[in-house]
Amino acid sequence: MSAGTAKLNVTVAEVKPINELVTRFKFVRTGGGDLPTFSGGAHTVVEMEDGGQTRLNPYSLMSDPADRGAYMVSVRRDDEGRGGSLFMHNNVKEGMEMVISNPVNLFSLDLRAKKHLMLAGGIGITPFIAQMHQLSHTNGLFDLHYSVRTASLGSYAEELQAQYPNRVHVYHDDQDERINLEELLDTQPLGTHIYVCGPKGMIDWVHKTAEELGWPREAVHSEEFLAPASGQPFEVKLAQSNKVIQVGEHQSLLEALEANDVDAPYLCRGGACGQCETTVIECDGKLVHYDHWLTDEQREAGKLIMPCVSRFEGKTLVLDQ
Amino acid sequence: MTIQFNDETFRDDFTFRNSPEAIKRFPFPFHEDSYMYSVNLEPHVALKRPGSPFEFAFDVDEHYVSEMADRAKVLADDPLRCQSLPHMTLAGWDLVEYIMEAKARDYPDLFELHKDGDRWRWINKPLGIDDTFTFLDESTLPYGPMEYITRQTQGDFALLDQRDDNLWMDAGMVTTQADWSLDFDIGMNFFEWHAPVPKAHEMGIFVRALKFLLNLQQGAPVRRLNWTMTVNPLLDTSPENYHKWGEMKSKLTMDNIGEKQHLRVELQTLFRLPRSNAICFPIRCYLCSFNDLVSVPKWGRRLHRVIRDLPEELAEYKGFIANRPLMIEWLSQYDDGAPTSDGIFPDE
Repeated sequence: MSAGTAKLNVTVAEVKPINELVTRFKFVRTGGGDLPTFSGGAHTVVEMEDGGQTRLNPYSLMSDPADRGAYMVSVRRDDEGRGGSLFMHNNVKEGMEMVISNPVNLFSLDLRAKKHLMLAGGIGITPFIAQMHQLSHTNGLFDLHYSVRTASLGSYAEELQAQYPNRVHVYHDDQDERINLEELLDTQPLGTHIYVCGPKGMIDWVHKTAEELGWPREAVHSEEFLAPASGQPFEVKLAQSNKVIQVGEHQSLLEALEANDVDAPYLCRGGACGQCETTVIECDGKLVHYDHWLTDEQREAGKLIMPCVSRFEGKTLVLDQ
Repeated sequence: MTIQFNDETFRDDFTFRNSPEAIKRFPFPFHEDSYMYSVNLEPHVALKRPGSPFEFAFDVDEHYVSEMADRAKVLADDPLRCQSLPHMTLAGWDLVEYIMEAKARDYPDLFELHKDGDRWRWINKPLGIDDTFTFLDESTLPYGPMEYITRQTQGDFALLDQRDDNLWMDAGMVTTQADWSLDFDIGMNFFEWHAPVPKAHEMGIFVRALKFLLNLQQGAPVRRLNWTMTVNPLLDTSPENYHKWGEMKSKLTMDNIGEKQHLRVELQTLFRLPRSNAICFPIRCYLCSFNDLVSVPKWGRRLHRVIRDLPEELAEYKGFIANRPLMIEWLSQYDDGAPTSDGIFPDE
């Protein structure tokens, strides 16, 4: 859905550092009142007014979905990134008013599952915290296996172990602890669904291992938000709105469209949902695809691009926008 | 109460009637003088048109009490009209919350919802209900959550689970349907249950519609109008009861068609359900006799043109191809060839 629809005005009620990299933010509705309920695994897109630039970053909701009083998200600081997480860490203070989107779930539980097996890496823990809240209200069966770099960087690990004893298993990289995935998958009851959220390598590893062990594709769920990649600036012609726009080095094509008042559709802004898919009318150069949405055949055909993460290198690009 | 509820029947003696006010607010489905499928979804936001069926999330009208009595009869004869697969219980609670909050907000003189934590008190004055229950505890309601609230809400309901990039019809309350069966469709995915629809597949409509719906956002519901034809004001035109109503279609004459033939319009809305991430698909049926329709001159002219020019396969699929010549002959009396204004509403 495009900008301007289904937004929530919120006030920052708490900014709490969790460890040296992760800070937690609590939002309440500006002027009071309930926030919408949501389902575990949902994210919200947080709008940031950073100088003259509007940044829109998706963050998984980690609070109890049944708690309509407040939403919580955790943001990991990325010093090499384009600045969204740094803005959250450095500029967002208690009492500040912000705009966030209604919750959107691209990583929802399959409620048919007899058991939910959750595999988290690093900051990928956050959607699972909301899902575990949701499942405990309905006596759902789950296990969480959580891989962290060190104990001090393992956000929420101790709290979760205390809250769900025997269901939460933490693995520390610096102590050479590793999830024994093959054995874990082999010992699950029939009807188990697997959920993985973490670094790309971990997601690929889980999909590949499950496939090799004969798990049905539909029983393995993953979520990975990509941050838009930086790259060479480029120029785009827009056929519908009859504009020529410039995409900056650290700007995504979608952000450039928005900065030029083009009402482009989006949902996840991370190359996953397909909402921003745009038709390429003319391309003299190379489309640089970073999304998870287009198939290999579609990429080869070169007729579609996902402006939220993908870029262009070459002479002329004309989009149906 | 602000609405005067009719005491009427949708079977046997067919005492169903639309008041003059109900005719004026009928959701006439044709915005121009011809009709073809399209992905005609628009945001389901309140229309600044007081009294229109698009004013609120769930429209309550003069037929409410009698429609609920008809639903209870259908369910007594055939309990399989209401089904919910086990994983859809949470979506049922979503629906309880959504409808109760909307009706209490939009019709405060008819419905009240009082919450004390998880203890909820629900007052439905038109149906004389005053129940207190525990939210998310099925044992505190007389039926499952979806059945409980849809026995009190006009329109059929399909609850669609979202998984594997598809939508699955895994729960529903379906007693006022245009010749389809929940018992047959339950568990099917979006493409399976739409398989009988002609033409739309070649037009790529279902692929586009599914992609749109998978991204349907919480807080941003959409709606569309669909339509067909029904002889006599029957709510229950189900395949299960075709032997009862099918033969009525062969009883039309020039003398009785104005009274017996009804345009059947479905106001279809789609809401994202927040707790379960399922999609709620209400299909609300409105009936209006040809006599009442042609009392609005714009609608008489336009209905004649639409029925006359409709592609064969659509008239066949909608089940009125045999009566079409008679309809056109009767409706032509109300079409003087004058131009019609854009949009669905009567001219002021």
